[in-house]
Amino acid sequence: MFPRSFDYLAPESLDDALSMLAEHGEDAKVLAGGQSLIPLMKLRFAAPDYIIDINRITGLGSVHENGSLSVGALVRTHDIERSELIRRRYPAMAAAAPLISDPLVRNLGTVVGSLCHADPQGDWASVMLAMNADIVCRNGAAERRIPVSEFVQGPFTTTLDPTEIATEVDIPDPGADTFGTYMKLERKVGDFASVGVAVHLSFDGRKVERAGIGLTAVGPANIKATEAEQLLAGAELDGGTIARAADLCAEAADPHSDLRGSADYKRAMVRVFVSRALNAAAAGKAA
Amino acid sequence: MAVEEKEMPWVGRSVKRKEDDRFVRGGGNYLDDIRLPNMLHMAILRSPFAHARIEAIDTSAAEAVGGVVAVVTGELLAQHKLAWMPTLSGDTQAVLATDKVRFQGQEVACVVATDPYVAHDALELIDVEYEPLPVIVDPKKAVEDGAPVIRDDKEDQKDNRIYHWEAGDKASTDRAFSEAEVVVALDTHYPRSHPAPLECCGCIADVNPATSKTTIYMTSQAPHAIRTVFALVTGLPEQNIQIISPDIGGGFGNKVPVYPGYVVATAASLLIGQPVKWIEDRTGNLASTGFARDFHMHGELALKRDGTMLGLRVGMLSDQGYAYADAQPSKFKAGLFHVVTGSYDMPAAHVVTDGAYTNKAPGGVAYRCSFRITEASFLIERLVQNAAYELGMEPVELRRKNFVRPEQFPYTSVTGFVYDSGEYAKALDVALEKSGYEQLRAEQERLRAEGRLLGIGVASFTEAVGAGPSRDYDILGIKMFDSAELRIHPTGKAILKLGVKSQGQGHETTFAQIVAGELGIPPEDVTVQEGDTDNTPYGLGTYASRSTPTGGAATAVVARKIREKAKQIAAHTLEVSADDLEWEGDRFYVKGAPEQAATIQDIAFAAYTNHPQGMEAGLEGVTYYDPPNLTYPFGTYVVAVEVDAQTGEWKVRKVVAVDDCGVRINPMIVEGQIMGGLTEGFAMSAMQQITFDEDGNCMGSNFIDYLLPTAWETPAFELHATVTPSPHHPIGAKGVGESATVGSPAAFANAVVDALAHLGVRNIDMPLTSGKVWEAMQQARSS
Repeated sequence: MFPRSFDYLAPESLDDALSMLAEHGEDAKVLAGGQSLIPLMKLRFAAPDYIIDINRITGLGSVHENGSLSVGALVRTHDIERSELIRRRYPAMAAAAPLISDPLVRNLGTVVGSLCHADPQGDWASVMLAMNADIVCRNGAAERRIPVSEFVQGPFTTTLDPTEIATEVDIPDPGADTFGTYMKLERKVGDFASVGVAVHLSFDGRKVERAGIGLTAVGPANIKATEAEQLLAGAELDGGTIARAADLCAEAADPHSDLRGSADYKRAMVRVFVSRALNAAAAGKAA
Repeated sequence: MAVEEKEMPWVGRSVKRKEDDRFVRGGGNYLDDIRLPNMLHMAILRSPFAHARIEAIDTSAAEAVGGVVAVVTGELLAQHKLAWMPTLSGDTQAVLATDKVRFQGQEVACVVATDPYVAHDALELIDVEYEPLPVIVDPKKAVEDGAPVIRDDKEDQKDNRIYHWEAGDKASTDRAFSEAEVVVALDTHYPRSHPAPLECCGCIADVNPATSKTTIYMTSQAPHAIRTVFALVTGLPEQNIQIISPDIGGGFGNKVPVYPGYVVATAASLLIGQPVKWIEDRTGNLASTGFARDFHMHGELALKRDGTMLGLRVGMLSDQGYAYADAQPSKFKAGLFHVVTGSYDMPAAHVVTDGAYTNKAPGGVAYRCSFRITEASFLIERLVQNAAYELGMEPVELRRKNFVRPEQFPYTSVTGFVYDSGEYAKALDVALEKSGYEQLRAEQERLRAEGRLLGIGVASFTEAVGAGPSRDYDILGIKMFDSAELRIHPTGKAILKLGVKSQGQGHETTFAQIVAGELGIPPEDVTVQEGDTDNTPYGLGTYASRSTPTGGAATAVVARKIREKAKQIAAHTLEVSADDLEWEGDRFYVKGAPEQAATIQDIAFAAYTNHPQGMEAGLEGVTYYDPPNLTYPFGTYVVAVEVDAQTGEWKVRKVVAVDDCGVRINPMIVEGQIMGGLTEGFAMSAMQQITFDEDGNCMGSNFIDYLLPTAWETPAFELHATVTPSPHHPIGAKGVGESATVGSPAAFANAVVDALAHLGVRNIDMPLTSGKVWEAMQQARSS
């Protein structure tokens, strides 16, 4: 690859990284897994003067629970795929991880990096929308939390400031009785989603206590299907409710036609996947 | 009991590939591995527009960059009469654009620099002023009256039509249709795809300023033909041009043509006096080099109610891009597409083909197509399935009823092909048995009752490969023979030099086995050399499954010539008459006294130490082989798929491939070729397509948009063989490299359509994406 020339900076601490970013601002890009940034630089669509490689910074690579789940900025998709904690407690994340691109990308690509890249075809943002997660950001000494639903603004656009670093994504405790899944329509392994659906449910007995649904690749950004979520909250998963929720999700989708399929097709696939996910959840309850 | 491998004849043995040792150890020598002293690096600036007038090009800022040695434009090339070059179909193509750009990705300027990074940086500083022009991406619109003329550079070109070419007979075909009880029609677009070899194209041009010797290392499947084209384009004396094709990382036809990068690098090296390297990137490869297919086809099949085929009518419009650049025999404008009657005894056929210019990359050369037989085979095999639905017949029985029968060979088709040999029903029967076809049909019935969609697709293809006989086959006038030079050294070790050129097909093993079969010299003692024009006899190269039918035949013939001489030498050393000698495996022995023998190694030594008086010393020969006919491999593929009724996704359940390519020299290599071809056939049917938006932007210029299947989605293949030798090939072999890309796309497409046939679905154009399958189901359900 032949990117434009750039200076490579490798800070050893988060404070150093933040001060470098404060100095260079929009001329700099933070490099974590590099699975989106490097291809853009290869095509010269991105040509930052400075690359701030945060991989030497300790403390950004852990997945741990402390009232909520913290996923640090250097946690790779592969780490999620292999985590026993995630498998046990966060099934939507566990389902999404192995469907993201291919093993080479998963070995390097980070969850937080995917959220910051804000590709409407990215899978993690839908999962985090369904999980009601927050992004934690540092700017100098200041820290702020931004709900993912506010963080992602549009295609490749977030509310992250040029001098800010997203240090972790913070996921609320899902409770003891949960269901989660991620369903993805792709043309081949490693492809971006043609349509993706993330579903997270917390149950109180047979009733859904809280529902989260995120949609991938069917709008200018990942979509949180709030009307369907509200319909499901407090409801039991009978056939009529499932069909209505699936319809609401299909209505929330705003896809466009392309080589992957027509807008009608993609909307129909949202309906199919939401319905399949909720039926699987209902079957789990009935069992 | 199975014959021990080591006792088997050399031809027919799955010898491990000699070349793989260096490849698996990373010891291959590919173009980009080659570094010459003082070598410069070239990068190409490409047009962002599909159609635009070039108003001005300012190269001053690029030239001012440190490390930039030269910026080459079309204007500079025009001063040396190099701005345009001939294509392999006798059209012209711009080397660097002068007047207009005519497709997105067209070569506009080149930077030559001391470093590839500098060269790419400087590209961004070239300021080109474009005046955008109306873009034509649809060939049907291109041939309408009043369409803007794309090739206005050509004085006689008044529209966007390239050729009109017909085969077969209109009158008898019209008669057949007037007598038909059933006529089935199909309109389908075989989409534009791309061979996408793992290694992109590239070259190093090294013009020695002291001697004027021009050495060009080049990713070429046809180095000799390229040398001749280079001599004609540049005016350099041909004996001073040496083309060296090193190891090639896949070709599939993509590396047959001459590309602008080769010509500019050579011109730059000539002007600068230093070697110039050009390595193409993936986008350059996908967006500008030889694409494949892009045929808009209309077929009509006339039948009797009992299924007897009466006639075939075909109309085809080829989208060639802005230049007619197919690599194909000069005589046939649409390649061998007119072999479209396929495996069937068709009493009448009429094939009308037209080519059109559009604002797209030129090519049409490529992707294992045997000169456009992929498109022909697809059309007839899709039509036959639809005819079976129309007649209410089992599709395989309709095929069987109309196959050319074994006793009809050699069979002359109504479009002029003479099929050499075939046993089509036998291959079909093996495929049906091995696939459990009847059980699949029963299961299909059962699953349909549950609302599940199982589809079974069959294709019984016939290929025509091994171009070709000099009376019909040439490229730019050069006849399509091929050659072999065999030299046996005093210790009995041999070197075989060929005019063909492997890109991964295993020539170093297969052709050594032919020598071993004829002379008894073990394959490990036969070194096969290809690709260096100074060091190998003239040949047309490797594509269209021609190496074994031509170069392989030449190898057998030259080995037999040498064996004749060896016999004379053996007679001399054994002190008997040559008439008293018998050949066996690797030796001549005296009839009735087998212990009195001279091995080929004994004879080789004698050829240099004790040859008969009056005979020239040495043991070597060269043959130029002009094949008497093409070879016609064939087979039947059965594919079973299950379609998800909700999403339109389909998964392959089973692929059974029965190939008959005559005598198999190395069955393992043959199976490797078939597996590769089946993978590509699956890819074309499932996912591959290069499309353009209405502005002519190429939507398939990287591997995010142009999809290559991985091991994950590629189905498992079950391979079987029948063997019907070619009667005219010296060892009975036929070409096989493209059988599976020719035969399998229709089998996959037929399977998916078959899954939906009971709903009334009769066609889904390739690639059969889940979205298109879903739309077809929706339409069928609503109608």
